[in-house]
Parts: sequence; structure tokens; C-alpha cells
Amino acid sequence: MSRSLKAIAVLLGFAPLLLAPLNARAQENYFVTYTHHMEEPGNLEFATKSVSGFPQAGNAFWGNAIELEYGVKTWWTSEFYLDSQTTANESSVFTGFRFENRFRPLLQEHWINPVLYAEFEDINSADKALLEVVGHDGIEDFLGRNDRSEKKREVELKLILSSNFKGWNVAENMIAEKNIAGEPWEFGYAVAVSRPLSLVASANECRFCRENFALGAELYGGLGDRYSFGLHDTSHYLAPTMAFHMPSGPTFSVSPTAGLNSNSHGFLLRFGVSYEINQFVSRLKGKR
Amino acid sequence: MIDTKKLILLLSLIVSLMISSALLFGAVGDGLWMIKVPDKARNRQNPFDGEPTAVAAGAKLFRQNCASCHGDDATGLSNRPSLHSERVRAASPGELEWLLKNGSMKNGMPSWSRLPEQQRWQIVSYLKSLQ
Repeated sequence: MSRSLKAIAVLLGFAPLLLAPLNARAQENYFVTYTHHMEEPGNLEFATKSVSGFPQAGNAFWGNAIELEYGVKTWWTSEFYLDSQTTANESSVFTGFRFENRFRPLLQEHWINPVLYAEFEDINSADKALLEVVGHDGIEDFLGRNDRSEKKREVELKLILSSNFKGWNVAENMIAEKNIAGEPWEFGYAVAVSRPLSLVASANECRFCRENFALGAELYGGLGDRYSFGLHDTSHYLAPTMAFHMPSGPTFSVSPTAGLNSNSHGFLLRFGVSYEINQFVSRLKGKR
Repeated sequence: MIDTKKLILLLSLIVSLMISSALLFGAVGDGLWMIKVPDKARNRQNPFDGEPTAVAAGAKLFRQNCASCHGDDATGLSNRPSLHSERVRAASPGELEWLLKNGSMKNGMPSWSRLPEQQRWQIVSYLKSLQ
């Protein structure tokens, strides 16, 4: 059985859980930027984040990351990703996995709330999930034919700073990533802001209430590496984001993304769906 | 070829981050959330006080965000506490809003700072209507 089929089999194993009435609501409004909002303990979020690109000098592609996020503690969230991609006129390939943990060291709300993030990823050079942009990442990486020959076993650290003020969320991520095969540290950034359309909840049960929609924007890009830190030969993106939190249902999010320089993709379209299963372990044990 | 020493160094760094977070967590949490509430927060008044629609909206928000742990009728599930309690009855609206904003993370109560302040007050309206 191929690795792709095994991944699909594992995911199908979760299908019965998705059919149960789970009364859940995911919380993310961004695609690249993390906030200090952690997964509620015991909840499992199942999500898919995809990105479509249409490079003029190459083939269109669809990168996808399937995400399982679990709230271990109120201050500790763990995530596991399976990445894959499809490139027109080429192939569809499984490109690797990521395992990440986020820790919130300060247990009360402050003006700025730090979160420590550590990730290990084992992906290959065909990966097109674009979950972050670091170093000198650019459109050239997407123009060659699908090639899985280069293994990227990387460690990624992030300092996440996030604030909530009068309904707005403002988040900043500083990213450091290193291929443990001996390449230099690479750096990147992501900043984002968002706000629900209404800060006050309606008294009525309504699917399309304004409070269920959030609008925002993300700005992210690379900052070079240890030996060439800065903006030279880096790529940057600006993206409005929109999220729709369906009450007792999934969250849909979309982000049309514009590249800001010649190293960037001119246009990317991101789309995500997430669904949260409340008290996952209790359900498995039959306590719910 | 992976440089083993560098790999060990990086993994050590990650483990150190995890341990320091856990230690810091242990040092901060004491479980007695009510004594941590600043006077300014404790004395705040609910801007939706006396508004029936706020209770209805708070009930809706409670079902969406809180019922998975506290139950649809707020009587608690498994080892999660009932909110029909003396502690909730005695708490001021400001204290309850502070708890929703900050959580009581050592005891498993997450922060609900991702909800706008107005929605937290609406939940407080609902909680007070239970008493």
C-alpha cells in the first residue's frame, strides 16, 4: 500500500466521528499566522488547508495540508500535519509530515501574550503547502518538475506574540527554521489582524449572523538566512482573510493572496475547512 | 548527512523550551482564581445588565462554547464543575468576566479571550440568570 493510500485510510477512520453531532467550533482566522488562542483541552480539530497557485512560467498546483490539532492542556496544543500536492501535467504526491507543539508560558491574558512554538517536519522538495515562508523561499522553488529527491528534515521555532483589543486580534510571528542536514538558519515573519463583523452576539439562532464572520489580513515573508539576513532575494505576501464560523459546524476560511515582489507568486488562493470535535478522548472512551 | 551533534543540540533546545514552559506554568497556577481578580475587574458592571436579549444571546454562546464541558444545562459533565454553584452565585459579574477572559488554566478552564468582551458579558448575563 502506498503512503498516500495509508494516509487516506487513516483519515477515513475518523469519518464516523465527523458524522456525530459534535457541537463544535474552530477558532483560527488565519492561514499562516498563529495567535495565542490554544485548542481547548481534550478537543480535536480536523482541518484542511489548501493553496492553489498559477505560476506563469510553470504548472498550476494545489498544495494541501491535512491537520489534526489536539488540546493537550489549556497551555499546550499539539498538531500533526500530512502534506500533499497536485501539479497540473505532472503528478500528485505525498510530500511529508509535520509535528508541532505550542506552549503558552503565561497563564493569564496580557497586553501581549507570548506562545513558544516548536516543530519538526520531514518533507521533501516537492512540498507546496506553503504553511510558512522563510529564508529565500520564492517562486523558483515551484517551477521545476515535481522532485521528491531532496529530503527536508527541518526544525522550526517560532515566537508568537498576540493581543486582543476591543474585538481586534493582532498577532506577530517570528520564525527561525533550520534544515538539520547542515544548512543555515533561515528566518521569516508573519503578522496578521482580524476582527469579527459584530462584537455582540445575536439573541437568535442564526447561521449567517454577523458575529459568525471574521475579516482580517495577513502579511508574511522571508527574511533571508544566517549569512544573508534581510529582504534581498526574499518573497512576501499580503492576503485578506475571511472566516465563517458555522454555529455547531465547520469553519470555512478563504484568503486570496497577492505576491508583493518578483520573487513571489503573483496570486495564490488559499482555502480552509476546519471542524472541531469536542472532548475527543472522552468520546472514544464512551464517557460522552 | 545529518550532523548528529547539531541534531542533539536542537532537540535539547526544544525539550528545554517544553520543560521551562511547564515549570513556569507550575509556578504561576494556584487554582484560586477568585483571589487573583484585580479590584478594578471585580467591580466592573455588566453593560448588558437587565437586558433579556443578553441572556438569550449568552445562552446561545454558552451552548456553542461552554456546554461541551459544563453541559447544556450548566450542571457540569464528568469532572467539570456545575455552574449552579455557590461560588458562581457569590461571584460578581466582573469576576466572572475576568474568569472567562483569563481562564483558570491550572484547573483546565481555558481562556475565552478569543470571544469579544461584549460576548463574554453576554455569557455572564446568562450565568447570572441561572442562579
